[in-house]
Amino acid sequence: MANGSATSGAVALPRSWVPVVALAWLVPGGGHFLLKRYGRGGLLLLSVASMFLLGLMMRGPMFHPQGGDLLTVIIYYGGFLGDLASGLLYLLSVWLGYSQPDVAGHVHDYGAKFLVAAGLLNILAMVDAWEIATGKKN
Amino acid sequence: MPKLSVSHFEAALLFAIFSSIVLGIVSKKNDRDRLRYGLRCFAYFVVALFAVGWAMYLGHG
Repeated sequence: MANGSATSGAVALPRSWVPVVALAWLVPGGGHFLLKRYGRGGLLLLSVASMFLLGLMMRGPMFHPQGGDLLTVIIYYGGFLGDLASGLLYLLSVWLGYSQPDVAGHVHDYGAKFLVAAGLLNILAMVDAWEIATGKKN
Repeated sequence: MPKLSVSHFEAALLFAIFSSIVLGIVSKKNDRDRLRYGLRCFAYFVVALFAVGWAMYLGHG
């Protein structure tokens, strides 16, 4: 396991990157908060949460894993992973009963894309937090 | 939760704003470069939005 003490910055880093990445998944920007990068963490939280909430307000449907031909598998499993990558935002919305059927309309369509894109942006934030925690980046 | 109804342009612009912020934050090593890269990404998004919009409009006949 990589050690997070390799940076030359004045801020003390956690010994392991695992809690950083786990928190970054659960709470967008959480990994940055744990690493005391409050400004960047706040902006990540604002962006990812706004995107996810806009997706919910547009009544975008969540993707569920679905079998079939290769393209269907890629789209539905990929979409599900994208939704799941939003962490607590996704888990809470599902636990609280959000279940939007896939209906026609450009607003619903954009909503689904916003929900997935929020997760994909959170993956970028997780990678950034991992790079900071392992000393590859300040 | 209120229901939001947006046009294609508004949705794409919102997408561009939040994506550009994240891309700017995770891509560069200092705040000045992050700001510049974020703004550049946003500009690319908007240019692509208009270009693809016009291409679809003209291609549709």
